[in-house]
Amino acid sequence: MSAPNKSGWKPQMEPAQEGMHNGPTTTTGNRALMLEEPLLFEIGHAETTGVDLPEVDPAAPNRLAGLERTEPAGLVGLTEPEAIRHYTRLSRQNYGIDLGFFPLGSCTMKHNPRLNEKVARMPGFADIHPLAPQSTVQGALEVIHELGNWLCKLTGMPSVAMSPKAGAHGELCGILAIRAAHTARGNPREVVLVPESAHGTNPATAAFAGYKVEDIPATPEGRVDVEALKARMGPDVAGVMITNPNTCGLFERDFRTIADAVHEAGGYVYCDGANFNAIVGRVRPGDLGVDAMHINLHKTFSTPHGGGGPGSGPVVFSDALAPFAPLPFVRRHEDGSFDLVEEEQRETSRGQAFGRMTAFHGQMGMFTRALTYMLSHGADGLKQVSEDAVLNANYILRSLEDILHAPFADSGPCMHEALFGDKDFGGGLSTIDLAKGLIDEGYHPMTVYFPLVVHGAMLVEPTETESKASIDQFITAFRSVAERALAGDESLKQAPYYAPRRRLDETAAARKPKLKWEPAAE
Amino acid sequence: MPRYFTDEHEWIDVEGETATVGITDYAQEQLGDIVFVELPDVGAILDKGGDAAVVESVKAASDVYSPITGEVTEANSALEDEPALVNSSADEEGWFFRMTLSDRDELEGLMDDKAYKAFVDNL
Amino acid sequence: MRYLPLTDTDRTDMLERIGAASVDDLFVDVPALAQLDGPIRDLPMRASEMAVERHMQARATKNLAAGDAPFFIGAGAYRHHIPASVDTVIQRGEFLTAYTPYQPEIAQGTLQMLFEFQTQVANLYGCAVANASLYDGSTACWEAVAMAGRLTKRKRAVLSGALHPHYSQVVKTMAQFTGDTIADAQPSIQTEPDLEGLTARIDDDTACVVVQYPDILGRITDLSAIADAAHAKGALLVVVNTEPVALGAIKSPGQMGADIVVGEGQSIGVGLQFGGPYLGLFAVRNPKHVRQMPGRLCGETTDAEGKRGFVLTLSTREQHIRREKATSNICTNSGLCALAFSVHMTLLGEKGLRELAAENHRLACIAADRLANVPGVSLLNRAFFNEFTLMLDGKPARDIVRELADRGVLGGVSLGRLYPGIEALEQALLVAVTETTTAEDIETLAIELEALVKEAAQ
Repeated sequence: MSAPNKSGWKPQMEPAQEGMHNGPTTTTGNRALMLEEPLLFEIGHAETTGVDLPEVDPAAPNRLAGLERTEPAGLVGLTEPEAIRHYTRLSRQNYGIDLGFFPLGSCTMKHNPRLNEKVARMPGFADIHPLAPQSTVQGALEVIHELGNWLCKLTGMPSVAMSPKAGAHGELCGILAIRAAHTARGNPREVVLVPESAHGTNPATAAFAGYKVEDIPATPEGRVDVEALKARMGPDVAGVMITNPNTCGLFERDFRTIADAVHEAGGYVYCDGANFNAIVGRVRPGDLGVDAMHINLHKTFSTPHGGGGPGSGPVVFSDALAPFAPLPFVRRHEDGSFDLVEEEQRETSRGQAFGRMTAFHGQMGMFTRALTYMLSHGADGLKQVSEDAVLNANYILRSLEDILHAPFADSGPCMHEALFGDKDFGGGLSTIDLAKGLIDEGYHPMTVYFPLVVHGAMLVEPTETESKASIDQFITAFRSVAERALAGDESLKQAPYYAPRRRLDETAAARKPKLKWEPAAE
Repeated sequence: MPRYFTDEHEWIDVEGETATVGITDYAQEQLGDIVFVELPDVGAILDKGGDAAVVESVKAASDVYSPITGEVTEANSALEDEPALVNSSADEEGWFFRMTLSDRDELEGLMDDKAYKAFVDNL
Repeated sequence: MRYLPLTDTDRTDMLERIGAASVDDLFVDVPALAQLDGPIRDLPMRASEMAVERHMQARATKNLAAGDAPFFIGAGAYRHHIPASVDTVIQRGEFLTAYTPYQPEIAQGTLQMLFEFQTQVANLYGCAVANASLYDGSTACWEAVAMAGRLTKRKRAVLSGALHPHYSQVVKTMAQFTGDTIADAQPSIQTEPDLEGLTARIDDDTACVVVQYPDILGRITDLSAIADAAHAKGALLVVVNTEPVALGAIKSPGQMGADIVVGEGQSIGVGLQFGGPYLGLFAVRNPKHVRQMPGRLCGETTDAEGKRGFVLTLSTREQHIRREKATSNICTNSGLCALAFSVHMTLLGEKGLRELAAENHRLACIAADRLANVPGVSLLNRAFFNEFTLMLDGKPARDIVRELADRGVLGGVSLGRLYPGIEALEQALLVAVTETTTAEDIETLAIELEALVKEAAQ
């Protein structure tokens, strides 16, 4: 069988021991401000509603061709006060950036400025239809064009596709453009090279595009093995996908050499821009030989993560790939007006475009937020962003490397995130136990068990929006939990103790999936 | 009845012209709680070293390779409802599938019990 | 800078702890050729909150907002009234600034919401299981085609001619790379959808048939026969819905035998936003198909004290574990849009959704009758929900739409814009009517349309 469980992640849950909480059990199950909330379907009713609309007149004539819904769908409603309370109570069982330090590596959980939210809600942006006549949405097209220009300038790349809906969608866009470019030259080629430390989307994306994925080996210091990569290059290799800064938190210092070797062999270089926050405003990927790179607006450019989306993943392209970028895109005319280039203009404007990735023109609601953020910082502020992000991460690395295994601590400065492993933990404890201990200390844990190249990996990304006091407090808390883990403190196995829920039985959830509420059997 | 092992942590019992395949206790231990097993269809022709089944824990999934070439004659349907059998009894009740043995020479490169134990001890 | 808490003193102290002389030392691994000597040129420097707001406001006011004009545009995105409490809830920092619930003990809010959302979507669609959302309707449509291929082990999809053209384009774009064969068609300008023609295109290699309901021309028809025809050939029926409010008035796709139901959820809670972010809905009728589903799934379980709780589950389907063998490369879903949908749906409830749908249909009937009375204008549809197709005499509808816009009326979507260069479709205008449409709006459109059509005829 293939390598069983490379990451070493084995969720475990033991029944809770009695007596770990202070105080008696309450009748309601509530614990003061920690409030239990039933499921919507247990408190709502089919006939309850929080909107006031005219009653249905069943005798009214209709044009529904006899397809009237005759059975209830099985939905329930709440009045407005009940609904607000339901969701407010639920919200309080969540951890968010607004609440505390959220060092989830590679996800860039930075502060989300509220001006962004205000701008996105301006009716001129929020209340316009994607198919409105283009003469009535010139300001919206201008925003897309303006944001595209910022992205090109910041990356040093000549062209951008704005429509991809998220990072993984952008990645797909980049790889499809690479395949289209090779196909146009007569041979799509067969292989895409991906480092072992890559995020899972990279191989998933390359495989989707019909490529065989081959691992690029890493050097012991945590970077791509350039000689091995050069040796593997050949006419069958369509391109490489490299994350820079990489998932070990290091800058790929030989990136340009790698890019040159790939280009020489007729391949293209895809750069996963997930970690662009480390270098934005300070380094332009275009200077390093990149052909395509997606940018997660929700990471580097502060659009909200929203509990898992929506994201936005524009892709910048080199001149070589630009003709293959998907439709639609916004074009500026000399008179200062804008239009959308869609399938209609394909023949005249972009004959080689590989197609369309989504209905309409992309994540406008994210574009307005990201542009607002860029304008707030400006070129000078964005440079400060990456410098502070990198400074904070190095500060954490150097403040913890004496007690925690830091596999790449000697590989030079880290970029925006610091990587640790669970080597030397005592008492059979693993990364998951340390993470759950951090929850009790009031923190959202770092990214765990990723990248796969480090056993029990812990990837800590502080971002630039934390104060020194906040980081110092985190370091103190992290050290104390790490010391307990190293000493094999058994009590960590049952952590968290103070969260709205104790450890959840993920095994049971997966063995007998219950994915929808069902009324209790009569 | 001899039992052979692969360096990919599958075991194979050979009885006449039929072989039974499962994963080793070491492999199930590495995976943690098994939540799902995808088994090959009866009648499927498997190549030595080719994909035969998938075994999933909560946070990991591994392909199980066929140790030999042959045709699947039976899949362990008990695993559909109770994948935990792979954890509790990887060597016995948690077997994956049975197949025909078409080329006895393919068994040559496999390990015996002792060799596999030594192999695992070195990991 | 207002978003950066470190002071210069902090920076100096921290560099000292690190053992670096300056921040430049932390970027030593960047090759010299990529080192810049200062901020990137040709971009503005930092700006105050007030200055940025002014800059963005100037662009926003150049657009004609839907609320500021008689508005009849649909074709895959619909304008509905969103209760004020929806936005209040989604702006709570605990929802807005959380991420994918990787640590379930401190993400029960998002997880329980997703479980409720999955139930709402599955019930609305008449399905057994729904996922925690995808990017939008068009990408969900492709994911359904891909999933049907995995389930049937076939590589041919038959698309109805009345599927939204952007959705067809997305499917065809993706299929170029996966080697799937896509049999698509143009819409035919007929009172009823051409189900016989569609049935005739299903063969023994067909993985799925994709039908939109209500379709791109606003037509609705019973899909049971096409479900039977697909099943008879071992193919699956994929039903696409771009207006979920319709399902408050008409039968669900699941009730008519759809195997996979996907759609755009934007109508409920999300808003127009010039096309995104939107909300992809994805559900299956057979619970056994769940392991081939794309996207995240939330499931119920218990915690160590035996209390009910929720987790992301069946994640071995996903890219972060299965890598090149994943069902899809998707990571994020449309979490915050799913929340907006769920809150709005909770405020509606069964009763509110029915009433909302009835009100949409009532106003659409009034509008259809009034507009069909305009000389030179006729109504194509026999049946519709809240959107219908008008056939205009004289000029192409595309020109009429532009001229209506010049007169301050957002009068609908011409088929000429959606299907450029096809003469047979040039005279068709799609008109959408929702509860936000007033009697005055309808009258204004009728009067302006009459003037323009008359002008064109002269």
